[in-house]
This record gives sequence, C-alpha cells and structure tokens, in this order.
Amino acid sequence: MPQRESAEQRRVERETDADEASTASASTAPSELDADVDSILDEIDSVLEENAEDFVKSFVQKGGQ
Amino acid sequence: MMGIETEYGISVPGHPNANAMMSSSQIVNAYGQFALQGARVKAHWDYDVESPLRDARGFDMSRADADPSQLTDDDAGMANVILTNGARLYVDHAHPEYSSPEVTKPRDAVLWDRAGTHIMLKAMELAAAVPQALPILLYKNNTDNKGASYGCHENYLMRRATPFADIVRHLTPFFITRQVFTGAGRLGVGQDGRRAAFQMSQRADFFEVEVGLETTLKRPIINTRDEPHADPERYRRLHVIVGDANLSDTATYLKLGTTAIVLSMIEEGFLRGLDLWPAHPVAEMHAVSHDVSLTHALTMSQGRGRTALDVQREILDKAVDFCSREVHAPYDDDTRHLLVEWQRVLDGLSTDPDSLATEIDWLAKRALMDGFVRRDGLDWDSPRLALIDLQYADIRPERGLAARLEARGMLRRMFTDAEVARAVTDPPVDTRAYFRGECIRRYPDAVAAASWDSVVFDVPGSDSLMRVPTLEPLRGTRAHVQGLLDSAPDVTTLIARLSASASR
Repeated sequence: MPQRESAEQRRVERETDADEASTASASTAPSELDADVDSILDEIDSVLEENAEDFVKSFVQKGGQ
Repeated sequence: MMGIETEYGISVPGHPNANAMMSSSQIVNAYGQFALQGARVKAHWDYDVESPLRDARGFDMSRADADPSQLTDDDAGMANVILTNGARLYVDHAHPEYSSPEVTKPRDAVLWDRAGTHIMLKAMELAAAVPQALPILLYKNNTDNKGASYGCHENYLMRRATPFADIVRHLTPFFITRQVFTGAGRLGVGQDGRRAAFQMSQRADFFEVEVGLETTLKRPIINTRDEPHADPERYRRLHVIVGDANLSDTATYLKLGTTAIVLSMIEEGFLRGLDLWPAHPVAEMHAVSHDVSLTHALTMSQGRGRTALDVQREILDKAVDFCSREVHAPYDDDTRHLLVEWQRVLDGLSTDPDSLATEIDWLAKRALMDGFVRRDGLDWDSPRLALIDLQYADIRPERGLAARLEARGMLRRMFTDAEVARAVTDPPVDTRAYFRGECIRRYPDAVAAASWDSVVFDVPGSDSLMRVPTLEPLRGTRAHVQGLLDSAPDVTTLIARLSASASR
C-alpha cells in the first residue's frame, strides 16, 4: 500500500523533528503548555490509527483481575 | 517493600476474535526465548506455596466455592518465565502480565515498572518477527470500555500484627481520594463506558464492594487476598487492586510512595482517631473519579463533607507529622522528597490543575482531548477522542500518545533510557529479588523453578531438586549474597556453600 508507506515516512520525519524539539523544550513552563498542546495535535494526527471508529470497536478484551 | 504487577491490554488489529491467551503466550514465549537463551530448560514457576484463596480475615475459601478465574495456581501450561531482573513475565487471565521484582523504594518501583513496559515492547517486536505472525499490540491501560477490566496491582509487605480492621478503616478513604493523582484518565462512564464523559480513573467504575477476596468480579476497594510470599507468621502482603496502570512516572511514584507512608502510619497506630470514613465508600469511589472539577464533597459518616483534596490534605498533614518524629526513623531524603512532591501535586490540583498536565496522566490525556475538541469541534462521543483514550496507552514509542508527549518533554520522565535498560536485565540490589535474578543469570542451566519465596535448583548428579526458600524478603540482597555467588562458579559449589552455612 503505497499510501501507507508515505504516511509512514511523514511520521518518521516528524519524529525526527520531535526528538530535536524534546531537548529544547525539556524545561517547558506550564504557561507555554497551550501552545505546546496545539503544536502536538498535528503530530498526533499523523500517528493516530486509521479509521478510529473501527479500531476502537475492535479493541475487545477478555476480563482480567 | 513493594512491587507492581501489570496486566497489559492485548489486541491483534483486524482480528478481534484472535485468541487472547494464545497471543499472550506468544508474547511471553518470544521474550523468554530471547532473554533466557542460556537456559537448558526454562525455569518453571514454583507453585508449592501459593495460596490465592487464603483470606486476610482468617478463613480459607474452599475450591468448590471459588470461581475458576480465581484459581491462579493451576499452571495449565501457561507461558511463564522468571527474568534476570527478578521479575516474572507470564500469562494471567488472557493478558500478558509483568510482575516487577521486589523493591524497597517507590522510586525503584517506578524504574522496574518501566523496565516491564520496555520488556513488553521488546516481546511485541520479537513476536512480530516470527514468520507469518500477525502483529500484536499491547496497551498499558485497564479497560476496553466495553465492560472488561484488567488490573495494575500494587503489593506492600506489612507486619502481620497490624489489625486488618485498621487497614480497612484508614486505607479506604485514602484509596477513594488518591485517584486525584493516580487516575490514568478515561473517556466513558460506567463499566461499559456507555456515557461519553471524561473521568479520572480507568478502574473506579469496576469497584462494587468495600472489602472482599475477589479480583475478577465484585471487585472490592480493599482486597483481602493473603498470600504473603514470605514468612506468614511475620508478614502480610497487602494486595492493592484499585489502582490504574500509569504511564506517568510521577503518578506511579506518588501512588506507591504515598500508599507506603499511609501503611507505615497504620502499622504504627498513628492514624487512630482520624475518622475519614465516607458514608458510602463505593459510590464515593465512583463520584470522585467522575468529578474532574475536583469540587465534589464526599458525604462523611462523621462531620462535615470534604472534597477529595481535603481528605488527601488531612492525610498528608498526618504524614508530615509522622515523618518528622525521629521515633519513626528511618525517614530519609527519599521520604522527604516524596512528601514535598505529594504536597506540590495537591497544591497544583487546588490552584491550577492544568499545570500538572506534564505529570498526571488524567490531566495530560484530557489536555490532548480538549485540544482536539477546540481545534476540530469534536463532540465528546467522537470516535477520534475514544481512540486518543486508547492510544494514549499504546506502548510503542512511535505510536503511543503518552510516549509522544514524553519525547517532546510534555510528560515528565524520572529515568534515562540507559537506567531503564539496566533495570531490564539487572535486579534491585536490596531485596531477595537480587538472589533470584542473579541465580537465573549465573546458573541458567540449573534453575529448575523459582517463585517469590524460593529458588529450586537441579544440581548435576543429584536425584532430587534442591529448594532454597527465600522467606525473608530483605535477605538475599547484594550485600548479603554477592560474595557467596562470586565464590560459586557453578551450582554444585553454590549448594555446598549454602548447606554448609545453614548447618553452622
């Protein structure tokens, strides 16, 4: 699936950026958080599973402790 | 002494009917084969002394009365390995589970819990590399939002002499209210998540009774399972099942640390006279979790209503008082640090909860959801928000949302990758986990079985197996046995030295 591959590549590129950013933002002040949240939404868009509804629906667990 | 056992959510995308026990076994076996390559025979779990139906209130449940899901000691050929870091990796109720080695400090509990996630990640990759295997995904969460829940249990070693009624009386209000910092966040209210609202805890809605032995049905706030895995005359292992599986290090640290301090105060009788019993504990467990505004007043059986934060502050004040008295030594820098962090988080929750979105899971998760709601105008029943809830707990660093936040410095970590990598292979040095883990590492061919309170050796030339009990959890430390192990290049020498020291 070529489309998926290119999404994968985009993700890798974004991660490289994110890794660089993590060093810089290690001391993020709480007041900057809103801006940070906005900027991470784009990244999350690119890593979220496709077809949210089906994906969530198919996550069915057997009981545990 | 304490430890954490975590059952991971497991799924095979595109195959919702995949057999979860099989998938879990693939995970455990893949890691076992990789990590224990030197072992001639994989060490079995030694079930000799497990008694999951013993009740801390003093009676045994008969097997005929027990639901089959409560019987954890019949092996049924389930995958089960003991690792060089002293942990146990196995299949429990259709989930892969990592039980951390025993540690003495909350900080170490966080580290070896993280090591567990790292081990699961590696296991996932190894299982996926098997030809024709379907990829398996693992989640560090506690519910599928469709009625099923699986646990992240804490264990604390306590003195046997402590009256169980004191534990129930003081721990119940503490557990109900600690959700304000231990909650991992959940979109969905009710066991099946039918109402699309955000709540603090993954687990709260699954608790139905105040006290009981069960862990899989009618879950109790205080669990009475009494398998000390140690000398039963001296010790009780308090098995705590109310907690969420946390992605945030700070949350895990506070969860273990504050609970340990409260238990110390209970052991010393320091909380007698403090009455924080809610009139309806189970209903309050749910209400506190559902109240993300942190304003809900619990109805107390005595006195005025209190918010969860009020209750936490009263307990914290007691803890500060308790720890400042020299008679309760050893209270050291670690304890002081914990108290400062506890205070800081309670203050933050009172004044500016959003400021804790970098440290507390439910606030981090909600900040993400709020962001999507704001930007995309999503409703709270949007599948995309439900996916964020789920994928927050995906353990893959490139896909898990908590992991993405960490990579940006938006979720605080307590340990470096190198520290976590060490904890994947090395045991804690200050409990019997050191002896267990080192024996697996040094004598992989010769360990036939092990458990929390034993290591069983297959000694060459001997007809029978040799069982070394480890009933004293604080013996078998590095200080205690490293010299012995260093002087025993093989297991025959080790057993000879152990026998000689036992007969002296």
